[in-house]
Formats: sequence, C-alpha cells, structure tokens
Amino acid sequence: MLSPAEKQAIEEEMRHYANRPSCGLEALKIVQKHRGWVSDEGLADIAEFLRVAPAELESVATFYNLIFRRPVGRHVILACDSVSCWIMGHDRLMQRLTAELGIRPGETTPDGRFTLLPIPCLGACHRAPALMVDDDLHEAVDPEKVGEVLGKYA
Amino acid sequence: MEKPLTKNFLPNGAFPDLAAYELAGGYQALRQALTRMTPAEVTQAVTDSNLRGRGGAGFPTGRKWSSMPIGAGAPRPRYLVANADEMEPGTFKDRLLIEGDPHQLIEGMIVSAYAVQADVAYIFLRAEYTRAAQCLRQAIAEAYGAGYLGGNILHSGYGLELYLHISAGRYMCGESSALMNALEGRRATPRDKVLRSTDSGLWGKPTVVNNVETFCNVPHIVTHGAAWYKALSRSADGGTKIYGASGKIKRPGAWELPMGTTIRELLEEHAGGMMDGFALRALLPGGASTEFVLDEHLDVAMDFDSVQKVGSRMGTGTLVVLDDRTCPVGMLRNLEHFFAQESCGWCTPCREGLPWIEHVLAAIEEGRGEAGDLDMLARQAKFLGPGYTFCALAPGAMEPLTSGLKYFREDFERHIGERRCPWRG
Ligand SMILES: Cc1cc2nc3c(=O)[nH]c(=O)nc-3n(C[C@H](O)[C@H](O)[C@H](O)COP(=O)(O)O)c2cc1C
Ligand code: SF4
Repeated sequence: MLSPAEKQAIEEEMRHYANRPSCGLEALKIVQKHRGWVSDEGLADIAEFLRVAPAELESVATFYNLIFRRPVGRHVILACDSVSCWIMGHDRLMQRLTAELGIRPGETTPDGRFTLLPIPCLGACHRAPALMVDDDLHEAVDPEKVGEVLGKYA
Repeated sequence: MEKPLTKNFLPNGAFPDLAAYELAGGYQALRQALTRMTPAEVTQAVTDSNLRGRGGAGFPTGRKWSSMPIGAGAPRPRYLVANADEMEPGTFKDRLLIEGDPHQLIEGMIVSAYAVQADVAYIFLRAEYTRAAQCLRQAIAEAYGAGYLGGNILHSGYGLELYLHISAGRYMCGESSALMNALEGRRATPRDKVLRSTDSGLWGKPTVVNNVETFCNVPHIVTHGAAWYKALSRSADGGTKIYGASGKIKRPGAWELPMGTTIRELLEEHAGGMMDGFALRALLPGGASTEFVLDEHLDVAMDFDSVQKVGSRMGTGTLVVLDDRTCPVGMLRNLEHFFAQESCGWCTPCREGLPWIEHVLAAIEEGRGEAGDLDMLARQAKFLGPGYTFCALAPGAMEPLTSGLKYFREDFERHIGERRCPWRG
C-alpha cells in the first residue's frame, strides 16, 4: 500500500505532467525517497495507483541508473568512473574505497551503512577524482584520505 | 573582454538571488521582449545573432525556433525544454552555469518560450546535480513570486508555467527525442526523426528543446542586439563560449571566452599547460563523443566549423587531455565502457556492438589481444557509424575509437605484441 504521504506527493507532482502515466518515474522516485528503494510490492502499488501495467513500469524502473530495485545502505556512494576521473586516479580511489569498506562495487556493507556504486561522469571533471555520498559532491578526493570523507556519514 | 554569461558569478560558490540579479540588470531582457517586441522579432534577433546550439551539434537556434507553429490555429499546449542532463563525460559547463547564475537560465527560458509561444516549460536536470537543483528551486520560486512566471507575465497577456524535472540517471536522456520520452515517464529511447519535435514533441505537441548554455545567451542577445553579440566572437558563430579542460594540466577549469578561441590558448594560457613531468599526447576537444586531435591541431579555432576541418567536432567545448603517462588503450576502454553501459538497447548494432568493442578493448589492455582484433574494431566502428543506428549515441561512441585506432596504432600493436599494457609495467 502506498502511504498517504506518498500518494499526496505523487498527486502533487502529477499536476506538472499532461497525464497520469507520465508521472511514473516521479512516483518511483517518491517511493524510493520514502523507503530507500523500490520493492516489487511498491512497484505494483504505484502501477495500480497510476493505472499502468506493472511490466511497463518495471521496464522504466530498471532502465534508470538511480532507481534502486534492491535495498541499499543508509548512505549511497556514487564514485565517478568516467574518463577525466579515470585519468586522475579513479582506479586508486576505488581500491581504497573497497578496502576501507570491505565490499565490491555494487555491494552494501554488512552493517547496512554504505552502498558503493560506480556512476558516469558527475560533471566535476576539473576537480577529479570525484564522488558523491547521498546528496553531497566531494571533489578532488585524495584516495588516501577517503576514510575522512566516509567518517562524516554515520 | 566581455563575459556576459559569467559576469554575475560570485567567488564563494554562492549565487545571485533575485534582488542581486535584478540589480545587475536581470529580467530587463524579459521586460523588453514582452512589452516591446513581438515573438517573431525575438526569434529574428536570435537568428541574426548566429547563435548555434551549445548542446554539441551546433544547430542554429533561430532556425529551430522558426519551425514552431505559433499562429492562431496552431496546436496547444506548446512546450519548451531546457536540456540540463549533462552526462557527456568530460563536460561540466551547464552545471557551472546553473549554479553560478540560475536566474540567467530562467530568464533565458522565459524569453525563448515567449518567442515560440510555449505554454509550459521544463528544466530537465540530471539527478546527481543536487546543488543545481537547490539553486533552481529557489530561483524558480523567486521568479514566480516576482510575477516573471505564471499567468499574465508583466501584464503582457503572455503566461508560462515552469517546472523542474529531476531525472533518474541515464545518458540517453540527453538525446532530445529520448528526453521527451523520459519526461513522459517512459524509458529514454529515441524517437523516429521523421517527425520534427516542433511539429510533434512532448505528448504529441509542438516542442522546442535547447541546451542550458544556449538559453543563457538569449537575454543578452535581446538586450544588446545581434550585432553586439556577433562581435563578441572571433568566428562566424556568434557569442562567447564556456570552454573547459580536464586531465593532467596545471589549472583544470572552465572559462568564458570568445567563440573561436584556439585550442592552444585554452590549453596553454588558461589551463596553464601540462602538469610538470607530463607531455601532451592527444585530446578530445568536446567531450567523450568527439575525435582525438593531436599537437599539430592545436592552432585550430574552437568553433563548430573549424574543428570539423581537422576531423573532429567542437562538441560541448570541454577538452579532455590525454598525457603521455596515461595508456591510450585504457582510456578508450574507459570511454567505450561508458557508451556500452549507457546504450539504450533500442537498436541491435549499438546494443550488441558496444559491449563487444568494450570486451575486445579490455582484452587488449589486459594483454590478451589477438592479431585480428584491430581489424575487427575498425570494422565494428564502421557498422556503428552514421547511418547504421537509430540515434547518434553509437556514432558518437565511434568518434574517439576511430581516431584512436588511427593515432595510437603503435600502442595497440605493442599491447598485442608484448601481451601486456606497457603503462602498467
Ligand atoms: C546520446 C546523446 C546525449 C546527449 N546529451 C545531451 C545533453 O546532456 N545536453 C544537451 O544539451 N544536449 C545533449 N545532446 C544533444 C541533444 O540531442 C540536442 O541536440 C540538444 O539538446 C539541442 O540543443 P541545442 O540546439 O541548444 O544544442 C545529446 C545527444 C545525444 C545523441
Ligand atoms: S544507437 Fe544505441 S542509444 Fe541510440 S537508439 Fe540505438 S541502441 Fe539506443
């Protein structure tokens, strides 16, 4: 079941679009914001609420990089793996991150604190290598000091 | 040297709020357009200015707007979209423009929307640009509060609603027809180009899509006129350009400079040259989907037509610099990994071809390459080139590969011959 708050947020967004199904991606984002990710159940509820086929909505949900169809940690790390960051030391940064967290890209730490994901170009090419933790952009990250960055997120 | 696009930028990362923007002359272009110009006159000024789209392809903006049907019987609602998806690797100019002066984009969009008589406008912003989203939310609210958005703007009888759409991450959303599918809540696959979006775009209605930087130019053209705007440039294309550079250079960054500034000036004066101990090997002039150029091409002017003469494209105008201590095969592998991952899967050559190319590049880089691999890559590059795929993503992906195979032939052969990456030792 969608919560009243979720329904209200979706209906608010709906006013910005020409019809109900067009709000699909917005609805997925809203549910993800409330629950951290989009479960099968959540997806089916949205589909019913928007009156679209669940399979259609699933094809949308799995198309976009940032709709999570599996649970993620309390904090999501997005490490830019595109060309400028690669030139400026992305591989070393990723090595340090995986060592620090004890997980591989795509995984979540056993304590549920962090999920580590590679992400295409974050548009911080002049201050590479870059990563995001949740909504925060961290630029010119020194791989050796990546622990300090992570320390800010409980 | 005039820098209209960045003149209001503040040093500390803050941005001018409505009051500061107005104090610097902001929203005067809007007032002028809505109270003293017809929509056709605004479009004419933009046509005369030789403004070319800053999204990468350089399409003349005035010409795009002229195909919008705006007469009494024309379909409604009509839409206008700012493309702020900016996911082209190596490109960060639109983010800086939004974060530096969000009202400039909003004013540019309203004036442009007036020219094409749009009823609803969207800013299509990539999800990772969280700071830009904050800036825009505040600026949009301020603009509504001041009566620059909504019904009957400045008592002109013209009205516009502006919404911020935040995407969920996919490079293909930047392709303008896929962007419209994304806005309609679908997968971002491209549409058939038989129909122009100005005839049938968002929800089948007339739609104009332009890049963020393109819109930012419009208020200045309206205020100062086409002749002034053309005179800002050193080439036939009008205006200034936000150029940028990244890689192993002394001062990576972005700069507003006259259109037609040479690559050498960007690299040597503005970026301060290569970092100590590094030499220039090659560079991509305008993001991941442009051909490499070499040392011998540095004196070319960065404008749409000149860069084409040396076999590449200006693209987004942000240089990605390859140095002599970075493996070119590794760089190509990184680029093709991006394109393979971001292929939307709609058409077979791209969906199947790009992962194959990535796979072969990975094998070569890791010392498992075979003698026939380079011919195979060249053949694939041809079949993913213009005319074989449904949209420009795959041909764009082939631009660095084709030029890389030409310029880095020896490096490829060494990898295959020595069965290792010489850079990794
Ligand atoms: C795969 C692909 C991605 C694109 N991404 C962007 C983008 O992020 N931003 C953008 O403005 N244009 C992008 N474009 C170009 C757009 O399709 C379109 O040409 C542009 O937004 C038109 O605006 P302009 O005429 O102002 O340049 C992309 C094109 C392709 C093929
Ligand atoms: S070329 Fe690639 S991105 Fe474009 S439609 Fe085909 S599969 Fe999709």
